[in-house]
Amino acid sequence: MKLVAVTSCPTGIAHTYMAAEAIEQAATAAGHSITVETQGAAGADPIPADVIAAADAVIFAADVEVRNRERFAGKPLVTAPVKRAINDGPALIAEAVQAAEAGRAGTSPAMAATASPVSGGAAGSGSAGLTTKVDQDAGFGTRLRQWLMTGVSYMIPFVAAGGILIAISFIMGGPQVATKVFGGTFHGHTYPAAVTGIESFTVAPVLHAAGIAGLLFLIGKVAFFMLVPVLAGFIAFAMADRMGLVPGFIAGLIATATGAGFLGGLIGGLLAGAVVMALKRPKVPRAFAGIMPVVVIPLISTAVTGVIMVVAVGRPVAAATAALTNWLHGLSGTNAAVLGLILGAMMAFDLGGPVNKVAYTFALASLASGDTKIMAAVMAAGMTPPIACALATVVRKGLFTPAERTAGEAAWLLGLSFITEGAIPFAAGDPLRVIPSLMAGSAATGALSMVFGATSLAPHGGIWVIGLVGRPVLWLAAIAAGIAVSALCLIALKSLRHTAPAASTVSVPDTTRVAVGA
Amino acid sequence: MTNSIITPDLVDLGLEAPDRQTATRQLAERLAAGGRVTDLDGFLTDVAAREQQMPTGIEGGIGIPHARSAFVTEPTLAFARSKAGVDFGAADGPAHLIFLIAAPEGGGSQHMTILAALARRLVHASFREALATAPDEQTVVDIVTKEVLGS
Repeated sequence: MKLVAVTSCPTGIAHTYMAAEAIEQAATAAGHSITVETQGAAGADPIPADVIAAADAVIFAADVEVRNRERFAGKPLVTAPVKRAINDGPALIAEAVQAAEAGRAGTSPAMAATASPVSGGAAGSGSAGLTTKVDQDAGFGTRLRQWLMTGVSYMIPFVAAGGILIAISFIMGGPQVATKVFGGTFHGHTYPAAVTGIESFTVAPVLHAAGIAGLLFLIGKVAFFMLVPVLAGFIAFAMADRMGLVPGFIAGLIATATGAGFLGGLIGGLLAGAVVMALKRPKVPRAFAGIMPVVVIPLISTAVTGVIMVVAVGRPVAAATAALTNWLHGLSGTNAAVLGLILGAMMAFDLGGPVNKVAYTFALASLASGDTKIMAAVMAAGMTPPIACALATVVRKGLFTPAERTAGEAAWLLGLSFITEGAIPFAAGDPLRVIPSLMAGSAATGALSMVFGATSLAPHGGIWVIGLVGRPVLWLAAIAAGIAVSALCLIALKSLRHTAPAASTVSVPDTTRVAVGA
Repeated sequence: MTNSIITPDLVDLGLEAPDRQTATRQLAERLAAGGRVTDLDGFLTDVAAREQQMPTGIEGGIGIPHARSAFVTEPTLAFARSKAGVDFGAADGPAHLIFLIAAPEGGGSQHMTILAALARRLVHASFREALATAPDEQTVVDIVTKEVLGS
């Protein structure tokens, strides 16, 4: 019998090759011919197409997604974890032979649970090029983190690209670029809106109002618009494979549209993944099997996830936003330090989400009515989270994944530019430790800025509007203090669980090697 | 490559360690002493991350902690024998032969080919047997060099 196999493992330097050797030995011993493709660090030598065409069955001994699995479409398939191939190669070969015989007898869909014909293209559960590194045998806590980290790893390039574009636009065109594009008041000047929103715009008014810088700003904003959908989509993808993408992306878009922010996206992604996982479970009649992954599951999962998101997430968020806003306005006139503390904590709570928006909107309203201290406190508190994360990745590298360290490099500039979203990759991957740390630092910064009496005439811009900040040295000191608090908390909380450091270093595809199953 | 993947200094024929973290650390210290790992803790974190995903123990008393890490300067194997055994999460019991494989993060595929050849040899009972009974460190080095590089 002619067999082909693909082996791959998370690191791609040991088990990939051991499994290949074990499978070759077992196949040869059983009198079969076999060609093994090792998708490891030494580079994959693809199996020639004619060899695949002639093969009776396919074995995937892989702990990570097999690349280009559509090449094997239509072949009887046996899948197993790499370690099973190493520990018990002969059994795996026997299963492959069985699958081949069942396939020849025309009974292929009735194969064992681990064996099923490879389905190619969109109909398959395979997803060439996109990898998740989710260990199906791990405990729930570990898998939850791996799902979140998969979403985060795909989101990081969007944060970096969008954030840096926005920062560059501020440097090129001055921070009033944002106001010139979206309209509003900046330091006494009122600008008309050049675009109605990022969903629909034409280029000429943007160029006219703000030049190339305005265009870069707008492009950065579009990239940011994708943050939450990408996060939610790839969380669902990690949970439920390709079929999770549609409901996940839609849930993320709804989270954005309803103002639920990245926390809403986290919930939406997990929800979408769970719904698809549940829908994949029941066995369906063969006649339906083909349309399940392309039509039925995306349709039902999107409808279910969408309704739940709109009703159970969207409405409460709107209600909570209104309540928070009222509460904040009721606080006006209380102790300045307390107000700064609360606003600071709110800025860091969801990093651009609804609570953050309430605080920022409150500051905008205060600025419009002439109170410039609140704006300074809110801006300072919004700058500390990304910088604190960046600092922590430098001080204690080992506590962060390679993807997070990459995000840390961009986070410096994002934080300095008052782009609080730069901290989302850190918060989304480990919310229970990161968010309290960031809130502590931002609260300290907000309170100090109020106590120091720092002021800001600009509604955004971060370090680039330092010229419009009153008592700039004290203002910077408040920011530095908050950064120190957050970074220390981050390091302390992440170190606490040093017994299992790998939980924070789950290997998800990092930004530079998404397609390499290393 | 200037050095071979294994030297007598990287072999420990009498390893005593209560758990895989300690065992890995002891071997990694040999790598650090040989200048093959630049940051011991950073490297150990990378190895632990891999180990966390899925324990590296396989049946037959073998543990293969390994990582691609930015702190590794050249592809290296450190080898230890443990009479008492160290648990590496294999179903059939503790590992008596422990292979710590260190690969540089950006290693070219030429380097990786050597490690791939090494990994393939690990599956062979004869290779394991020879390492299990080697009388001294130099013999281990000779066996690995001959089997992995000589063929």
